[in-house]
This record gives sequence, structure tokens and C-alpha cells, in this order.
Amino acid sequence: MARYVANRLAQAIMLLVIVSAIGFALLHLAPGGPLSQFAASAQMTQEDLDRVRSQLGLDRPLPIQYLDWFGRMLKGDWGRSYRDGEAVLSVISSHLGATLELMTTATIIAVLLGCWIGVLGALRRYSLFDTLATVGAMIALSIPTFWFGLVTIYVFSVKLGWLPAGNRETIGDGSPLDLLHHLIAPALVLALVETAMWGRFMRSSMLEVINQDYIRTARAKGMPEWRILTVHALRNALLPMITVAGLQFPTLLGGALVAETVFTWPGMGRLFLDSIGYRDYPVVMGILMFSAIMVLIGSLLADILYAVVDPRIRVG
Amino acid sequence: MTTAVLSTDQLAPGQAAWRRFRRHRLALAGALIILVLVLGSALGPYLLPFDDTYIDIMKRFAPPLSGAHILGTDELGRDVLARLMMGARVSLSIGIIAMVIAMAVGIAVGAFAGFYGGVVGAVLMRLVDAVLCFPTIFLLLALAALTEPGFVTTTVLIAATAWMWVARVVEAQVRSLREREFAVAALAFGSSNLRIMFRELVPNAMAPIVVAATLNVAKAILLESYLSYLGYGIQPPAASLGNMLNNAQIYLTSAPWLAIAPGVAITLAVTSFNFLGDGLRDALDPRMNIP
Repeated sequence: MARYVANRLAQAIMLLVIVSAIGFALLHLAPGGPLSQFAASAQMTQEDLDRVRSQLGLDRPLPIQYLDWFGRMLKGDWGRSYRDGEAVLSVISSHLGATLELMTTATIIAVLLGCWIGVLGALRRYSLFDTLATVGAMIALSIPTFWFGLVTIYVFSVKLGWLPAGNRETIGDGSPLDLLHHLIAPALVLALVETAMWGRFMRSSMLEVINQDYIRTARAKGMPEWRILTVHALRNALLPMITVAGLQFPTLLGGALVAETVFTWPGMGRLFLDSIGYRDYPVVMGILMFSAIMVLIGSLLADILYAVVDPRIRVG
Repeated sequence: MTTAVLSTDQLAPGQAAWRRFRRHRLALAGALIILVLVLGSALGPYLLPFDDTYIDIMKRFAPPLSGAHILGTDELGRDVLARLMMGARVSLSIGIIAMVIAMAVGIAVGAFAGFYGGVVGAVLMRLVDAVLCFPTIFLLLALAALTEPGFVTTTVLIAATAWMWVARVVEAQVRSLREREFAVAALAFGSSNLRIMFRELVPNAMAPIVVAATLNVAKAILLESYLSYLGYGIQPPAASLGNMLNNAQIYLTSAPWLAIAPGVAITLAVTSFNFLGDGLRDALDPRMNIP
């Protein structure tokens, strides 16, 4: 087990180095570059630009800049926002809570609903419910999240007036009930795609399990059907879902960005878009790296957790 | 030839695949809708009396089915149907061209990594893993913000964030196929490595490649809509299905039809390509059963 974890950890660290090199190269080699924000101002002379360049250390060779940047990143110094000079990591962390709140709620909805739909679909394969669920999942995966958000706002905020059209809280209120009220729409919108994914994976995982020999054996020895389903089938069918959680993470993060934009939710995704608008490279770079690291850690945790619950993985 | 002996009542692989595909009614419906969308966006603008960028401020916000404008007009009095057709033309083109680029890059990377294996393969596939760590929309937006927005940029950027899955599929296929007899035989004949890769191995992996290509178009259309909706894709006055929704949110209360038509069009196009890909997967390779 320790060897498996060490092995997997080494892989993740190697990947982190490649990821950071890609991110760094992308933003530095692109036209415009980190100085574009200053170069755009008419009051900046060439002299000023040169001075800013050397002050920010942008005149050094790129590999040196990268090593310097990577070293500081490990120490938690992710640079400062061009916009207001605040430390990048603290800008990100001040927006992270809202994003995590949204993602967690959406995931809970998606896991519960998706697994339920998937299991039921697998048990009644090719029934009307299964067909509708399969087609519905495919449509759900094809709807642009932002558009579904717009439709939700139109129906539930504009027409029915049940839910607020955006933001995380009513200014001056902010009670738990008010927060929950604002959370419903964006969380449901974000959960749509996730539910469809979980449903599809759960269905195929369950189908695989209920055709196994040990299920037949359990039936043959006269075990009650509900016990076969819960103890034998469901438990084994849920195992691969750990991997799905890891695989789904990038999609979930991307979806959160879109949902946050539509519902003016003050999270990391909105911050990212705003920072792009301002050409605030340290923050853009920081969030890009931060999201990639989250994905890396997510898949690492999923793999380790899977090995813990399923010994076949760490041996094979 | 021994075909006379072998072909007693066995169908040719192509025929069997066509049979399986025909049974997949949703895939057929998808193919049909794609055909309608392509024809509609290619020919529609010539049949309509309105130009998609013609501004008529006397006729702003005309609701659908009022007078000559079937789908109404937008905030500048432009005909929504005309814009929808031109937008679909742009979005479908981007979807298909981005798919072609992504396939070319993905097949090249996957074939090299799968064929050579070892250090070359490991380096290429770790690169694929690393790029996959970036959530697509984040990567796409960061890249889009650094470049001049437009048709070419949008297409290339979408391809740049979509080739990795293809590379993975092709790498796995090529890695297993290169040990097979026909590949070894080609090597014995003295074929060059490149010839073996692209004349022997890749054509034999066509089934999953075609499926990946179809699903890739769906993904590319969706990504274009995200990018343009957020303002970093196709720029007005040109229309795309995504940028038509860009300021539909502002007029959601007063003119909801501005948000409905493009959204339905995107969903229809993406769903169709997804169903088509699903049907092709069932038809071409019955063993593949990825959800």
C-alpha cells in the first residue's frame, strides 16, 4: 500500500512540474505578455516600460524566471495582483469559499440523484424509465450550462419570482435562509450535467455488477432480493464511482465558472473572468495553476481512496 | 480467393455495422437533424429576405411571428432567424474545422506515442495528462484572453483544448495493434515506420477514431458557445450561436425570445452529434461500451 501511494505521489509531482511549465510558458510566450497591461497606457514611455520590466524581473531568461517563480510558488508566494497589489493566493482564497459551496452542493445533489437514476435504470434495463433517463442524460450533457442558467432565471426568477436571479446573498440580509435561497438555482444548474454523468456511469457500473457470478450465487442460495441489491450489487457498483468523482472534477470546476458568471456568484470562476478582462496575469496564472493543482490532487485522492477500498488495485 | 467458402451467410463488416446503426433510431434522428441544420445554415440565408447584420432601429424587439420576422428581431432590429442561420453556419464550421485539427494533432501524437512507446511515448502521454489537468474552460479562456479573438483563433484554441482525448484513444489502439501480424508483416516487407503508422495502424483504428471525431464536433460546438457567450469568441456584428446569447441575458425580461432560439439551436446541434457518435460507437465497435 505504501509503495502504491509513493508511486502515485511521485507521478503526481512529476505531472505538477509539467503542468506548471505549460502554464508558465503559455502566458509568457503569448503575444502581449505580462507587460501588455502597462504597454497599453499612453503615458508609459519606453524607458518606463524597461524599468517596470526589470523591476518585475521580466528581463531575465525565461528558464530562470520559471525556476524562480516555481520556487516561490512552493513557498506560497504566488505573486501580486496587478490590479490592487494584493497577494494572489489570498485573492484566490477569498473567492474559494463561494466556489466550494456551490460545487459541494451541486455534487451532493448530483451523486444522490445520479446514482438513484443509474441504479434504477440498470435494474429495469430498456424500460420506459431507463430509456427516458438515457435520452434525458444525453440531452442534459448537450445543453450549454449558461443557457440552462438563463432559462432557469427566466422561469423561476422573472416569471415565477420564486428564486433570486443572482448573487450569493441579499445585501444587508445574509441569514442562512437567505444564503440557501440564493444557492438553489446555481447549484441545480451546475448539478444538471453532473447528475447526467453520474447517472450514466452508475448505470453501466451497476449493469456490469448484476451480471456477475457472485450475484447469481447469492440468488441461488436464496438470499432476499433487497439484500442482494444492497449488500452485494450496490456496494460493488459504487466502488468505481470513486474514480468517476476524480474524473468529473475538471468538468465540475469548469461548470462552476459558467454558473458563477450567469448567476453573478462571487467565486473563483468570476474572479478568473474579471482578471482576464483586466489582463491581470498573476491572478489569471494563479487561478489556472490552482485549478490544475486541485484537479491533480483530486485524481490523486481518488486513486488512493480506490486502492484503500479495493485491494485488487494496489496489487495489480 | 476463398470468399465463396467464407461468405455463406455472413454479412460484410460494413453491412453489419450499417444494420446496427439503422437500429439506433436516435442516431438516425441525429444524422437527420445535422443534415437539416447544415442545409438550413448553408442555403437558408439566400432564401431569407433579411440580412443578418442589417440594423433597423425602427423595428427593435419585434416578437416572433409578428409580421415578416418569423423569430422576431433583436435589440438592433436585426432579424433573429437570419442571425440564427448565419450563427449556425459559423458555429457548425468551427465545430467541424476544430474537430479536424484536433483529430490531426491527436492522431499524430497518439500514433507516435503508441508506436515508439518507451521514453518518446511516456513523454508525449505525460504531456497529454498534464494538459488534461487544466479544466477546459479555464484553459480556453486564458488562451483566448491572450490572443486576438476571431474565427481562426476560436477554432484553433478549441482544437488546442480537445486533441488530448483523441491522442489517448489512438495511443491505446496503436500500442495494441503494432504487435499484430499485419503490422509485423509490414515491417518485414521493409515498410518505413511512418508508413506502418499511418497506412497500417491508424486505418485499423478507424472505428474509435470516427466515434471520437463525432463526439469532438459536439464538444467543439459547445465550447464555441461558451467562449462566445463569455465574449472571447466570435465578435459582433458577426453572429455565432454563442454570441447571440451574449447580451440576451440583459433583455431576458423584455425579450426572452432572443435567448430561446440560439439556445435551442445549440442544444439540438450538440445532442444530434452526441447521439450520432453513440450510434456509430454501437455500430462500428460493439465491444466498446463506454457510457
